[in-house]
Amino acid sequence: MIILDDVVKSYSTGAPALDGISLHVEKGEFVFIVGDSGSGKSTLIKLLLRELAPTSGKIIVNNTDLSKIKHSKIPKFRRGVGVVFQDFRLLPDRNVYENVAFAQIVIQKSAKEIRRNVPAMLSMVNLAGKYTAFPRELSGGEAQRVAIARALVNNPPILLCDEPTGNLDPRNSWEIMKLLEEINKNGTTVLVVTHNSEIVNAMQKRVITMNRGVIVSDERRGGYIYED
Amino acid sequence: MRISTFLYTLKQGFKNIFRNKVFSLATVATIASCVFLFSLFYAVIINFQNMVMKAQAGVAVTVFFDEGISDERIQEIGDLIKERVEVSNIEFISAQEAWDSFKEDYLGEYVDTFGDDNPLEDCASYEIYLNDVSMQDSLVKYLEGIDGISKVNQSAVAATMLSSMNSLIAYVSLGIIGILFFVSIFLISNTVAIGITVRRAEISIMKLIGATDYVVRAPFVIEGMILGLVGAALPLVAVYFVYNRAVSYVRERFEALSSLLQFLNVHEVFVTLVPVALIMGVGIGLIGSYFTVRKNLRV
Ligand SMILES: Nc1ncnc2c1ncn2[C@@H]1O[C@H](COP(=O)(O)OP(=O)(O)OP(=O)(O)O)[C@@H](O)[C@H]1O
Ligand SMILES: [Mg+2]
Repeated sequence: MIILDDVVKSYSTGAPALDGISLHVEKGEFVFIVGDSGSGKSTLIKLLLRELAPTSGKIIVNNTDLSKIKHSKIPKFRRGVGVVFQDFRLLPDRNVYENVAFAQIVIQKSAKEIRRNVPAMLSMVNLAGKYTAFPRELSGGEAQRVAIARALVNNPPILLCDEPTGNLDPRNSWEIMKLLEEINKNGTTVLVVTHNSEIVNAMQKRVITMNRGVIVSDERRGGYIYED
Repeated sequence: MRISTFLYTLKQGFKNIFRNKVFSLATVATIASCVFLFSLFYAVIINFQNMVMKAQAGVAVTVFFDEGISDERIQEIGDLIKERVEVSNIEFISAQEAWDSFKEDYLGEYVDTFGDDNPLEDCASYEIYLNDVSMQDSLVKYLEGIDGISKVNQSAVAATMLSSMNSLIAYVSLGIIGILFFVSIFLISNTVAIGITVRRAEISIMKLIGATDYVVRAPFVIEGMILGLVGAALPLVAVYFVYNRAVSYVRERFEALSSLLQFLNVHEVFVTLVPVALIMGVGIGLIGSYFTVRKNLRV
């Protein structure tokens, strides 16, 4: 599903943000990625979305070789990878329903499909009663659930989450993590970047720990490693 | 493109315009002045052209023949002249006809003085009407070279003057319109660029979701085209209502020239003006926005 082979990513300044990462993630896995600030977690997510190209090394996601992909093929590729961020990134001028429908409109789904998929997705994230609410009227947990619905409405086999609970209180954090676990149980491969040690320790999933651009540990049923 | 995508694109295009009112207004105003001037000059030029054409229709080159020329030779010369491309029409005036019309025009009651003689015995002529006054010189040269022709008279001062004035107006207006054209494109480009900046976040989400460049860019191009269309439509409406007043004003003011001042009616002018101006407006919008979008929305 996801294969990285000796991937290096250098920004124009400073030491490489990723310095020789090799990694396999199988279909249907749930993986936490943890590590200190600046260790390269977000950079890794950006490479997996082909927002950035690797400086060297090979990246294969959903059977697409991202080191070779043509510019014109990137949109199609991205439809197979959902993404969720710490700051939700909802469109403030559109309500919940429109925010989710937006994801289908921009990839030119038919009106009929949109009318079928959006409500289904919103009930999946437990927001069936909030169609007409605007993002400013939502709690952080609700907003993140809208973002998750938007990321999944196009049915991608992979979901990437960059600190999805970073802005949430513990209760909402747990709700979101449970939702992600459920999504994973339904077959979606899920990668979660997080600083939330309590949740990581409790959930007993695969944990990849990064430090200064390299993977320092990769545990089947891991916990959060403190390094300071 | 799907209808739902098209409607979405259209809606976003309108939204961009209203989100960005000041720049949209400035852009529409500039395009409007560009198209307004264009319409104005176009109306003037096409009327001038019409006048020139009418004037030309009355302008003739007259040729007279050598003394004692035979009727067959006159016939031959007539055939030669007819073959020329610049000639639209040719008319033979016999000596008798010439004398009759002279008598009618100038002699009146003194006609009898001449009895039955025809003092214009050798004054048979061809009157040649031209397609285009500007070709008159070359025709005259050609005629002077023909054997049997004694004299070529030309009379086209008014027409050539109109014709050269017309091209002067055309050049000046082309210059002004050209400048406004570039200002319009510049403004459209700025307006669209601001729209893109304002919507950076939305654009980046669209790209992450997997929208093609085409879908990301289309609303901005639509925005430019709508601005261009509105910018072109407004001055057309204005010109439509101003045109008749302007014409009657000029008629009153220059009554002495009334025979020369033959104006087209507003519909004759608008048949061509409306499509040309609308294409111009939409074209400005399209060009301005397309290149900005290409420059600013590299994925
Ligand atoms: N656009 C950029 N240009 C230059 N350097 C960058 C850029 N983005 C990130 N970096 C650098 O790359 C390194 C890794 O950054 P990255 O954002 O991947 O860290 P992170 O693990 O996500 O950190 P955090 O937990 O704080 O989000 C850091 O040293 C950072 O300064
Ligand atoms: Mg980060």
